[in-house]
Amino acid sequence: MKITYREALNQAMCEEMERDERVFLMGEEVAEYNGAYKVSQGILDKFGSRRVIDTPITELGFAGLGVGAAMAGLRPIVEFMTWNFAILALDQIVNAAAKMKYMSGGQYSVPMVFRGAGGSAARVGAQHSQSLENWLANVPGLKVVMPSNPADAKGLLKAAIRDNDPVVFIENEINYGDVDTVPEGDYIIPLGKADVKRTGKDVTIVAHSRMTGFALAAASELAGQGIDAEVIDPRTIRPLDETTILASVARTNRVVTVEEGWRFAGIGAEIAARIMEKGFDDLDAPVIRVTGKDVPMAYAANLEAMTVPSVADIVEAARVACSRA
Amino acid sequence: MSAQQKQGEGIMREGVFYGENTLHRLHDSMLFIRRFEEKAGQMYGLKKIGGFCHLCNGQEAVCVGLHQATEATDYMLTSYRDHGHVLARGSDPTAVMAELLGRKGGIVKGKGGSMHMFDSSKNFAGGNGIVGEQVPIGLGFGFSSWYRNDGRVTICIMGDGSINQGAVYESFNMAALWKLPIVFVVENNQYAMGTSLERASAETHLFKRGISFTIPGMKIDGMDVLEFEKKMREAIAHARSGEGPILVEAITYRYRGHSMSDPATYRTRAEVDEWRTGRDPIARLQAQMIEAGLATEDSFKQTDRDIKKEVVAIAKAAEAQPEPDATELWTDVYSDPIKGAYPYADKVS
Repeated sequence: MKITYREALNQAMCEEMERDERVFLMGEEVAEYNGAYKVSQGILDKFGSRRVIDTPITELGFAGLGVGAAMAGLRPIVEFMTWNFAILALDQIVNAAAKMKYMSGGQYSVPMVFRGAGGSAARVGAQHSQSLENWLANVPGLKVVMPSNPADAKGLLKAAIRDNDPVVFIENEINYGDVDTVPEGDYIIPLGKADVKRTGKDVTIVAHSRMTGFALAAASELAGQGIDAEVIDPRTIRPLDETTILASVARTNRVVTVEEGWRFAGIGAEIAARIMEKGFDDLDAPVIRVTGKDVPMAYAANLEAMTVPSVADIVEAARVACSRA
Repeated sequence: MSAQQKQGEGIMREGVFYGENTLHRLHDSMLFIRRFEEKAGQMYGLKKIGGFCHLCNGQEAVCVGLHQATEATDYMLTSYRDHGHVLARGSDPTAVMAELLGRKGGIVKGKGGSMHMFDSSKNFAGGNGIVGEQVPIGLGFGFSSWYRNDGRVTICIMGDGSINQGAVYESFNMAALWKLPIVFVVENNQYAMGTSLERASAETHLFKRGISFTIPGMKIDGMDVLEFEKKMREAIAHARSGEGPILVEAITYRYRGHSMSDPATYRTRAEVDEWRTGRDPIARLQAQMIEAGLATEDSFKQTDRDIKKEVVAIAKAAEAQPEPDATELWTDVYSDPIKGAYPYADKVS
């Protein structure tokens, strides 16, 4: 069935809430307003106000509420309207959720999902438009998941809700309206498994979230120029499926990483380092990182467009990697 | 002590009867915590305990009174000044001492140390190291009881130092908004590290800090275990009745510095002595029990000798334990380790 990315997320939550009484959804405007981005459309009507709870604007507080409820055995889904606001809740995500299992010697688990929109948005300026996955993927104890299409959104969110540890689930604001085929029923994508979105033999492009679509568009262009690109979507940033990436590099010998986020210690840096450590001899060219520009996001349309990687940037990088530039 | 009289084998106080056994248990438990903390201080001095070590000498009545007023199924969580609470809760003292020493048999396997005591079998959820961090977490435990309607109450303990953290007020608001069964207990020991309450708080009557959230407040003498226990029962009954949260300010004092590295030069010797000699919770209960004919100075001396001996044996047993196995480094990060979850595990082995 063809549905939107937001409907796929909605379906995942509804199915898991039907399946497991311990699952509840909490966040700003998730209930009566049906979600700021309409991801939770109709969930209040289906499950009632005990399991779908509107919170005050109080990110640190309700993130911590989720941690405590998870420690007590429930399975909270805590929605941040966007991940920009989750910065207010970082103490609970990093110092509490991620470390609780270890600090308590394994006595307390935190089976919960922190989810919401991330990535660069459209014309909303510096504070509402950024990618922070590298911050969170740096923390042992967290898992970081970023779906790039509707089917992955459903399968990964269901897996995240069933996971016994805290999962950071970063959706993409611009992808919410994307339509594609989504398997019905119990469709689960295990966390930590990358997906080869397009096979190719000349260059490996590793891209996640919205950049996966950009990478696929670039691959189509590159095909017209005689370059056969493989596109890998890690889907889960932590744990990162390096096996799939390394196997691809062993065949293509050339790599481009793509991310919306800043370059410094970004996801591309991590992938490049792992390839250097474990696939050095497979490389015929340096790994090229395509990243967001190292500046806060501007409002003006032209400056904004310059900040985020474009399809042309990816094409150019792949050509350089293949010594065709 | 006009309102108190001997009746049968115990003390009747303001309509509440405390039997002889209960009184001895309260006393022994407080004295045990005192001696345990002194031992911990000593072991820290010998560099056997590392890092931060926050002792609760002087605050024993709060620890013991809280536990006495609480059901075993109720949730309890606190800050990093947690030794007294976890001991009062009935956790294995050898495991607590082993944790302080970073040993294999530590209550959290040597992974937490002084600030992170957890005992899920006692519904004791830490041992949380960031000031005020446990308050939203406590909110979540309270929420779980609301969600399941399980009749449990959450005792969420914080120090006066946490009372100006935003997380606390975010939690107060939601707890009151949804009428969650939580007792917020502020252990007001007068100092947030080296900053006195007056220097940090515009409103120093901390029991009033919930008023703008419609949370009723109670101010209780935290240096009198019987008084504290009795009033705590009222507070817990309020929370359990479904009327929502309540805020308790326990007036208390820590005899030692904020942590072992703090010589506490920000207060006078006279001030400390005033609390230690005039209001000490253990001496106070002893006097009440002696007056009621339930014990003598000599019997208390004997009890003290026994407890000191017990603490020495505990420290010895804990110290005899090995450090955690090296393999423990990689356990308890994730519940179900999956491939790639520990990308750098092979870098250290």
